[in-house]
Amino acid sequence: MCLLLTALAAVVTTIVWYVHAPVDKYKVSMLCMIYWGATLMWCVDGIACLIEGEPFIETQKAAAVADDALLGFTVIVCGMLVWTIALLIKDPKNVLGRMFTKVQSQTR
Amino acid sequence: MACFIVPAAEAIIVSVAKRRIRQKELAGGADQDAGSGVSLSRKLGWLNSLLWGGCLLLAVEHVWHGEVVLWPPFLTAMKTPEEIPVMLGEMATVGVSMAVFVTLVWGVVCLIADHKSRKAIPTSNISITEGA
Repeated sequence: MCLLLTALAAVVTTIVWYVHAPVDKYKVSMLCMIYWGATLMWCVDGIACLIEGEPFIETQKAAAVADDALLGFTVIVCGMLVWTIALLIKDPKNVLGRMFTKVQSQTR
Repeated sequence: MACFIVPAAEAIIVSVAKRRIRQKELAGGADQDAGSGVSLSRKLGWLNSLLWGGCLLLAVEHVWHGEVVLWPPFLTAMKTPEEIPVMLGEMATVGVSMAVFVTLVWGVVCLIADHKSRKAIPTSNISITEGA
């Protein structure tokens, strides 16, 4: 479930990136890469589970599925959090920069 | 258990390599590869994002499952000596496979990007000459 949710997030962000491409002012490509990287790694993890005789994606135990789904949403939020922090640091619209200059000029 | 450490190690190496190559490209005045339209530092940036992003989200998963903690020894498998070889075995198999798979996918993406940019360069030249 976690893999599926992350893959879904990767596909959605890729579509958003493609719609706005080649303009990538808000670094949506970075969010795409975060989700695709995790999706690829979890695919390998799933294949390793298959080799060990476990299912690729757990679908039998309801509690495990619910826990995995909650983990999936948490992971998506974490990815967005990292992207938001990176966006605020880069500040492509210079919003924070202008805010701080305004505050500085007001205090003078 | 700690499979994400292998891609994280690769991510550190790629980050350093990317920074050095970028400096060289800027010093040389060339922002693009000689043969293609996409610079090597840009391509390494894609790999960097894939690896760091994947490692970060996998680390969250490991924290969720209690395999990684925020205090020493950080990896819960390190507490019991019997689990250390199991952890190392998982790093050597699953971790290495993750790093190799992500790098392979990145390689394919780079090949496609190079192919696309090579195709785009003559087309753009034609359109410029036609426009003139």
